[in-house]
Amino acid sequence: MNRAPTTRAVGPPVRRIPAVPLAVGLAAALLLSLVCGVAFGSSGIALPRVLRLLTAGLTGGRLDADEAAAYAIVWEIRLPRTVLAAVVGAGLAATGVAVQALVRNALADPFVLGISSGAAVGANAVLLFGAFASLGVWAVSASAFGSALVAMALVYLAARTAYGLTPLRLVLTGTALSYGFSAATTLMVFAADRGEAARDAMMWLLGSLGGATWGSVPIAGCTVPAGLTYLGCAAGRLDGLAMGDETSASLGVDPDRLRRELFVVTAAVTGTVVAVSGAIGFVGLLVPHLARMLVGAAHRRVLLVAPLAGALLLVWVDIASRTLLAPAELPVGVFTAVLGVPAFLLMMRRRGHAFGGRR
Amino acid sequence: MTDPNGVTRMPDPADPAGPTDPTETAGRTETAGRAQAQDLAVDAVSVELAGTRLVHEVSLAAAAGQVVGLVGPNGSGKSTLLRCVYRVLKPAGGAVRLDGDDLYALSARETARRVAALTQEHSAEFDFTVAEVVAMGRLPHRRGFDAPTDADRERCAGALRRVRADHLAGRGFLSLSGGEKQRVLFARALVQEPRLLVLDEPTNHLDIAHQLEVLALAREAGPTVLTALHDLNLAAGHCDLLYVLRAGRIVASGPPGEVLTPALLAGVFGVRATPVRHPATGAVQLLFDRLDRPTRSDRADRSPGA
Repeated sequence: MNRAPTTRAVGPPVRRIPAVPLAVGLAAALLLSLVCGVAFGSSGIALPRVLRLLTAGLTGGRLDADEAAAYAIVWEIRLPRTVLAAVVGAGLAATGVAVQALVRNALADPFVLGISSGAAVGANAVLLFGAFASLGVWAVSASAFGSALVAMALVYLAARTAYGLTPLRLVLTGTALSYGFSAATTLMVFAADRGEAARDAMMWLLGSLGGATWGSVPIAGCTVPAGLTYLGCAAGRLDGLAMGDETSASLGVDPDRLRRELFVVTAAVTGTVVAVSGAIGFVGLLVPHLARMLVGAAHRRVLLVAPLAGALLLVWVDIASRTLLAPAELPVGVFTAVLGVPAFLLMMRRRGHAFGGRR
Repeated sequence: MTDPNGVTRMPDPADPAGPTDPTETAGRTETAGRAQAQDLAVDAVSVELAGTRLVHEVSLAAAAGQVVGLVGPNGSGKSTLLRCVYRVLKPAGGAVRLDGDDLYALSARETARRVAALTQEHSAEFDFTVAEVVAMGRLPHRRGFDAPTDADRERCAGALRRVRADHLAGRGFLSLSGGEKQRVLFARALVQEPRLLVLDEPTNHLDIAHQLEVLALAREAGPTVLTALHDLNLAAGHCDLLYVLRAGRIVASGPPGEVLTPALLAGVFGVRATPVRHPATGAVQLLFDRLDRPTRSDRADRSPGA
């Protein structure tokens, strides 16, 4: 319709921020935010004191007896929680980038593959009926992760064809099975007639870092960096995949193999993240777009910026969720949606960021 | 030789760089004469998709530097065969060899260093810049998280200059017109530094000036070119050698002037073709009509050059 003469350029060149300085800035901001995350809470601790308590814990320095309570709050409650927020945010943002390339759809997020609603089934079985009680405090995480893996296997088997995993089949299968998993969760909530349990289930479905302890950090703390490393190495191949299967193959990137790898990595990272934090929505959708808008679509740069931005976002969202209505705590998912929806609409309306290739 | 469908069978081209009529292949001078080394050899390739055999034991050959055209009606298996050559589709039988190496015995990455393709895929979900799209051509030459080197950047800039698209480097690929996209994708294929360039309908959706431009670029590019083309006049004017596919089989091959005869075109495409000489260049052009439509030549044979 509006075909311009090919010799004349249409619109201004795309303007972008250099990725490396931006990443350095984000990393610095993240470090600062981690300290803030420890300082802010239902009982505020002054920043110098936070720093003293943190260094004391790291270097084994001596503290006064009356600081023991504050030390416990900092080291046993707030620090694991803040670190976990950063890890979860980074994981969700990175898997968001991966899934969008995997299904070649900018509107996809890690949950479109049905993994999180699968994890919800397992988590709620524990929360509502006390299944796997022998696992103790690990029961919710282990059960969520286990059912995430089962969900992943089901989606994979249902979407698989003789010609590999096609993007549309993956999205449709993931969406369809998500409804099934959600129905199972809802059924469990109704079957368990304990008001408190239903509230726990709700909290988990919207995402919360309230249950974070040092015990919940290691699993996600291993899979997320491992997933990030894999994705970083696959950045060039992701570019090829994003351009289409034929193009990808002609550039020496086997699209089916890459999709299988991405599926497994995404499922593992999403599964572990969801297991410890619940289903925190919107981070995996919003942050990749934000990163692309700032540094362009090349995955090498997006994967440098998006995890840092996701970590930063979730640390602050978590701070908000536990301070705004303190001592009550709001689900993190409420904040990501409250921030995410307007930000997303604003980004879509902005020129210079194409959705679906037409502008 | 004529088969039951009235298709003239050309002798099998044991020597693919065989003699060609210089008047009908204006624009290519030395390639046909010098290139004896076989570069691409498609050897009895068959392709099956969902249990249906789409390509039947097709063999074709291209010498180094030649531009070889693949013509045939819709659904005759042109794209399918090309997809075997750029390694998207594994043949059910036969082999694709480049310089004697079976492409499917090489890694996908190694193949991509030797074969570049201009496919019919022009869409992208994400807004890469032109420079980023071109840089993807260096992918088979890079590893993992490696950033593009200065040499890579220089190659990309050079390729963009070569397709006269250097002014587009900072632009979003999705904002380009069809002709611009095609030139940019061509530049990406060039930075792959392939021995063989596979073009699938490179002139689709392009205006006539861009059609001629893209084929001229293919000719100048250097590597051997295997291209599917719909426009038979473009094929005749730009290819050293043509292979005609029908229903997954090669029914004729040879220099364009020998292959594109009215009898063959009637048999394969079901059209009446009338060759005429271009008054200025002397090149033969074909005029097409439905077979059942009466023409003046039904009354008096007025074939040109007679």
